[in-house]
Amino acid sequence: MSAAILELRGLTKTFGGLTVIRDLDMTVGTGEIVSVIGPNGAGKTTLFNMISGIYQPDSGDILFDGSNIIGSTSDQIANLGVARTFQTLRVFLNMTVRENVMAATYGATKTRMWQSVLRTPAARREEAEVRELAEEKLAFFGDRLMGYRWDQPAYSLSYANRRRLEIARAMATNPRLLMLDEPAAGMNPVETHEITELIGRLREEAGYSILVIEHDMHVVEGISDRVVALDHGVKIAEGSFESVAEDPAVIEAYLGYGAARSK
Amino acid sequence: MSQIGVDRWVEESESRQQQYSGWTAPARRAFDKVRPGWRLALFLGLAALYPLLVSPSGVRIGITVLILAMLALGLNIVVGWAGLLDLGYVAFYGFGAYFYAIVSSDQLPAHWPTWVAIPVVVAATALLGALLSLPSRRLVGDYLAIMTLFFAQVFVEVVRNFSRLPGEPTDITGGPNGITGVDPWTVFGFSFNTFNRNFYLLLGLLGLLIVGLYRLNDSRTGRAWRALREDTLAAEHMTTPVNRLKMLAFAVGAAIAGLSGTIFAAVQVGVFPNNFMLVFLITVYAALILGGLGSIPGVVVGAIAVAFTPEILRNPGAAGWLFYIGLLTLLLVTLRKRPMVAAVVAGVVAFGYLLRAASLAIWGDTILGVPNDTFTGGFLDGWLLILGEHQDMASNYAFVLAIVGVLGVILTRGWWRVVALIPTIYLAVFVWENKLALQPSITRQLLFGGVLMVMMAVRPQGLLGTRRVEIT
Repeated sequence: MSAAILELRGLTKTFGGLTVIRDLDMTVGTGEIVSVIGPNGAGKTTLFNMISGIYQPDSGDILFDGSNIIGSTSDQIANLGVARTFQTLRVFLNMTVRENVMAATYGATKTRMWQSVLRTPAARREEAEVRELAEEKLAFFGDRLMGYRWDQPAYSLSYANRRRLEIARAMATNPRLLMLDEPAAGMNPVETHEITELIGRLREEAGYSILVIEHDMHVVEGISDRVVALDHGVKIAEGSFESVAEDPAVIEAYLGYGAARSK
Repeated sequence: MSQIGVDRWVEESESRQQQYSGWTAPARRAFDKVRPGWRLALFLGLAALYPLLVSPSGVRIGITVLILAMLALGLNIVVGWAGLLDLGYVAFYGFGAYFYAIVSSDQLPAHWPTWVAIPVVVAATALLGALLSLPSRRLVGDYLAIMTLFFAQVFVEVVRNFSRLPGEPTDITGGPNGITGVDPWTVFGFSFNTFNRNFYLLLGLLGLLIVGLYRLNDSRTGRAWRALREDTLAAEHMTTPVNRLKMLAFAVGAAIAGLSGTIFAAVQVGVFPNNFMLVFLITVYAALILGGLGSIPGVVVGAIAVAFTPEILRNPGAAGWLFYIGLLTLLLVTLRKRPMVAAVVAGVVAFGYLLRAASLAIWGDTILGVPNDTFTGGFLDGWLLILGEHQDMASNYAFVLAIVGVLGVILTRGWWRVVALIPTIYLAVFVWENKLALQPSITRQLLFGGVLMVMMAVRPQGLLGTRRVEIT
């Protein structure tokens, strides 16, 4: 495995008296796809929220590409190259599909307000570049988000297309680590299969390292280089999909003590 | 249903676009083909003809409209695009006006040249706006609204009560008396000292502002503002520095308000604390929301509607027409069946003649007063009782009865509603001609409120706004 792009060391987070993440160590290697699984309330989304800067951990380090990002704001972390999607979709509903993706390039562009007002050559050039970039990212999803859809408001998209749009938007921030929070939630079997292939393509063609939370075990099996299982904020298993799926602690977390023993 | 492939689906997408219907469809389709630049040119061209067609007082109203339009466009940045509910906006307008008045009058005394005063005032107002954006780092929605509302209130109180610095004899703000004798804008020796000149000055600035905002909306900054409105958390995760953009929105909005304020002070040749009360803030909001939050042409149309409607209602004849048209519309909406409408109209006519005949038989024709001198008033003469000496008292009772009648109409169905409508409509007309038409200053506000309510009920997204989807 090549050098880790993301490394968590002794991460702990409590809300009031409740410890949501306890002393978690974890890495994501460059070019690796790591899945985080666990029952509801295991702390998976809290983990994402700490990495993306919404919450500050109580103790521990989050190293992205070797430097600690704790204390940075979400936009700074995004500028460093960490992009994410949300479990509950958060697209900009009343903006067009293309604008949604273009909006994610704010940090990478430089046009000042007065340049936009005067439409200086530099502003026009950058605007054209951003537009092209957005269309390129949307083209990644085949004909799902093409053509006439670019100028339609995001609220007119179907649920599955909104998920795709959210991924396209995250791609436009030009990340190195892409964090996907339940990308297959609410998808039908065909779409779930597409998402599985898509995540593979995101690594092969776009070259991202990927950290993904997913409940659908077919997806997890299909994509993961490594699986990390959490329960009550503690890492209970780590390794290949097969080894984690067979692990008694994981079976107990999902199905209870009896199921684990009968195995 | 036959299956169609993706290619055909995309090909036919044009035909699935929004279709206009009704008799206005050809005109609307034609208007859609006009490019935005030409639309603006058309608007500015027509507006430029306005002062040639009206009296000086009409030009003064036009100036009010243009200032309101500029203010609403500035507020649109903060509220319509960035989605921050700013109720302190009127204070920026006041600050700009006061600052300009102080440095351009005998108050200090100082008479700064316009080319110095305007940039300084606008920059200072922008700075004040940036300062007021600081609470928006932590507060959003209602909380931010209350916070900024305090600011607006504090501004008026400070201007009114703390007119001089401690230990300094110089009166700065003039207290409740305000500042008078403010210089007009003077650029390269050309003084904007008449209503007409100020009108064209404002029209030119409004044109530039519209072009600038149109470009800004479709730029990196505009997209970031709208992303902020749609979902602040997601915007931040998509590399948008949220706090800086909030500050920018407040500052740009404030700068536009400050600029409008300087012209207002110059046109009015003075500034007074009462010009910057919350009532005016509500007017700006009314223009913004009526026109359509977030839409540049909408905001301009909203400003025109909000500033002109009360002026039209100042004329009792026009107000009367509005009243009767409203009454008729209400009748058609509440009944929906033609025989019922016919029955109500016939019933009201008969009821009027009978009541008039009965009253005259009982009290004699000494109770009659002078009919109103409007077209509608003349038309109703002979049918409606216009009272003489007991007019005020009788119309007060009739007002109460009319409200009881309205309740009756609401509670009844079918033909009982027809029965309830007949006396109610007569009473409404009676109250209008005997009381409301004679007191235009009160009626104007009532009707204006009614017009706004009806407009918003018919088009909740505003006249030219697009419907926003919150959750789906």
